[in-house]
Amino acid sequence: MNQGKPVLDAAIRARLRGDGAFRGLVLGLSLVATVPLLFILLFIIIRGASSINWQFLTELPRPMGETGGGISNAIIGTIILIIVATIISVPLGVFAGIFLAESGKTRLGTVARLSVETLMGIPSIVIGIVAYVWVVRPLKQFSGFSGGLALAMIMLPVITLSTEETLLMIPVSLREAALALGVTYPRMIMKVILPSGLSGIITGILLAVARGAGETAPLLFTAFGTPFMNLNILKPMASLPQTIFVYATSPYPELQTLAWGAAFVLLVIVLALNIVTKLVTSRWKIQF
Amino acid sequence: MRSTRLSDRAFRTGLVLGGVVVSVLLIAIFLSLLLSSRPALVKNGLRFLTGTEWNPVTDTFHALPFVAGTLLTSFVALIIATILSLALSVLMGEYFKKGVFANIMRTAVELLAGIPSVVYGFIGLFFLAPLIRLLQEAVGAPPYGVSILTASILLAFMILPYSASIGREMISLVPSDLKEAALSLGATPSETVWKVTLPYARSGILGGILLSLGRAMGETMAVTMVIGNANDLTPNILGPGNTMASLIANEFSEASGDVYLASLIEIALLLFIISTLINVVGKIIVNRMAQAS
Amino acid sequence: MEDPVLNQEETILETRHLTAGFDGKDVVKGISIAVPAGKITAIMGPSGCGKTTFMRCINRMHELAPNAQVAGDVLLDGEDVYRLNPILLRRRIGMVFQRPNPFPTMSIYDNVVAGYKLNGARMARADRDRIVEETLRRVTLWDEVKDALFRRGTFLSGGQQQRLCIARALAMKPEIILLDEPTSALDPKATAAIEELIVSLKGVVTIVQVTHNIPQAARISDYTAFIHLGELVEFGQTNKVFTVPKDKRTEEYLSGKFG
Repeated sequence: MNQGKPVLDAAIRARLRGDGAFRGLVLGLSLVATVPLLFILLFIIIRGASSINWQFLTELPRPMGETGGGISNAIIGTIILIIVATIISVPLGVFAGIFLAESGKTRLGTVARLSVETLMGIPSIVIGIVAYVWVVRPLKQFSGFSGGLALAMIMLPVITLSTEETLLMIPVSLREAALALGVTYPRMIMKVILPSGLSGIITGILLAVARGAGETAPLLFTAFGTPFMNLNILKPMASLPQTIFVYATSPYPELQTLAWGAAFVLLVIVLALNIVTKLVTSRWKIQF
Repeated sequence: MRSTRLSDRAFRTGLVLGGVVVSVLLIAIFLSLLLSSRPALVKNGLRFLTGTEWNPVTDTFHALPFVAGTLLTSFVALIIATILSLALSVLMGEYFKKGVFANIMRTAVELLAGIPSVVYGFIGLFFLAPLIRLLQEAVGAPPYGVSILTASILLAFMILPYSASIGREMISLVPSDLKEAALSLGATPSETVWKVTLPYARSGILGGILLSLGRAMGETMAVTMVIGNANDLTPNILGPGNTMASLIANEFSEASGDVYLASLIEIALLLFIISTLINVVGKIIVNRMAQAS
Repeated sequence: MEDPVLNQEETILETRHLTAGFDGKDVVKGISIAVPAGKITAIMGPSGCGKTTFMRCINRMHELAPNAQVAGDVLLDGEDVYRLNPILLRRRIGMVFQRPNPFPTMSIYDNVVAGYKLNGARMARADRDRIVEETLRRVTLWDEVKDALFRRGTFLSGGQQQRLCIARALAMKPEIILLDEPTSALDPKATAAIEELIVSLKGVVTIVQVTHNIPQAARISDYTAFIHLGELVEFGQTNKVFTVPKDKRTEEYLSGKFG
């Protein structure tokens, strides 16, 4: 009788140790997964922040080998590309999102949603090639517009799906209240449903912008890049990610320094957008 | 009265148009890729998929080295990422569902997802490559630093947030009464996770793995910067290589000659098809798991 | 109907063999009713008897549901409602829902005149102000919100929100207001206030109210229709229906045997 007990105790103790070991393993692996983030951020802050000064933000890059210079063309370029991409993708994306929320279960709705979800998963370099074929080849020239178009195609599914998701969460009673007042369908959508979902839709747009701003691959053979300041979207245009790519892989330490600074700026922009969306979602969310 | 009918119809038509445009867009993308790669499709034929030579000089273009490179980097990345993201999913799905620590972890993972590919590549070049170089020296391989392994490790961290969030979702779908049954039988929490939760969420996690695979295959910049840009078919992960995406990134802007360019576009078409297929299968599996609960 | 008092009343709304349902199944089976003008008519019956569907046919909200079907006639002032433009129809018939649903993105002020604003009607500021004050006074909400007119209505209590919704419907100066169990989501105090408000609207507007709250129907309505399993069982003056019901089913319902 008594012999049974100690064995049981030992077995239980072993299992509890195993439990603790498992927990430790899970925690340890999780830290391995997340500590590098800290590392990346620290690395970039240290190497990059020191490059940031007024000259950096406002000057053009100097010819190879010279120190100093800046990335103003890349900053402006990214801004212009994002503006072009937003103009193309937001109206279409929001409308497509409304369509999916309203008619998602119809045949066209199902096809459209599958298309959008597929679009979402297309590698961005493939999108870049498509933009090359559609714009660069006919115009026989790299251009900011083709880059903006590529980014628009990347942003579109994000905006569409988040708009749909937002609108589906709006309670039916709001539609009914509007319809019962004799409001027409278009007005009901535009003046009641859309405003109620505004914060979610804006969040989706901001997230799409964050994604677009960080994309390099689609710009490699569309906007292509230039060491000069260029505001003309029909000509090649620089951008932050593409500049980072070129300078980071170049053999010149001066350019690499610029790349660290550019990476810092890009990171700040992208992470700021992500954080802003979180705040927007929590503060402005309309309570139903 | 007339005007309300008119604006109503116009508006609804506008909405339908939105749906049509996005559907047509996908088809247009596919057709463009198909048509633009025609010169290559014709010239390369089926050897494109089976041959191992990529030579712009002789206009010989085969995709196998790059398909292999893509699959190799993706699978190695997947192994690393799956282990790490399973740990994260279990941590956030079971042990720390709420609280400060959970929030920190969740935010950290989400921030990881927001870092641009090119920044990962940059970090990889300057931090990871030297480490790999040490490894290569230790093993006797040429110490380039850049290699398939370097790319795979970077890829792992890039797909980590995605697969972790899917994993967390799948684990949260496991019915709590199953877990409670196990616990009430005297199982420890980790035994419950290992023997009840994970097996139940198995198919969903598998779907998540497939979706992450789809993601990994499309990643370009980080891979391009650290993979070493070699066009040979090789299983040596400590050596340089190329994926379909990195090949295009490296060679497209300098490609001259119709067949060369068209072959690169053919690679893009192949990449499009493969990643779409994997995404579709992954999504079906994930949806099935979500529906079953 | 044989009710002599009813025959003397002016009929504002009439349904003839109204049949409606979903997916081929009818939940309203051939109901014919004449609703008297300026009075409060209660539609009562157990859950699922079809009373809400019936009411939603009146302002043509029912047909918005997927796979909905309707047959029979609904006449408003003698006009076939199904020949009219539904948008314009709904501006003549107001509706208040079970759960208060003020528009969350609009202020209280804008909610009251939402029917005008959302329809693109241009009004002078003075007119709008007047309508807002008059309507809010009528629903006895004015004193409570006059200093907060431009705040969003979501801070109001359930009862206040429902009064706001009634104001929103009233502001359109409709001929009929349809109330779908307007107090079922409210506490007793708010319910009493709403009942008082509804009674005060007699004569100003015709009220049709769906309710499964039998005492409430007895308290406030002039006429009562009892619907069971989609059929009209009985219709007449409330006090008669409640004291000397003509149909056995009515009697059973009133004594709580089902529902």
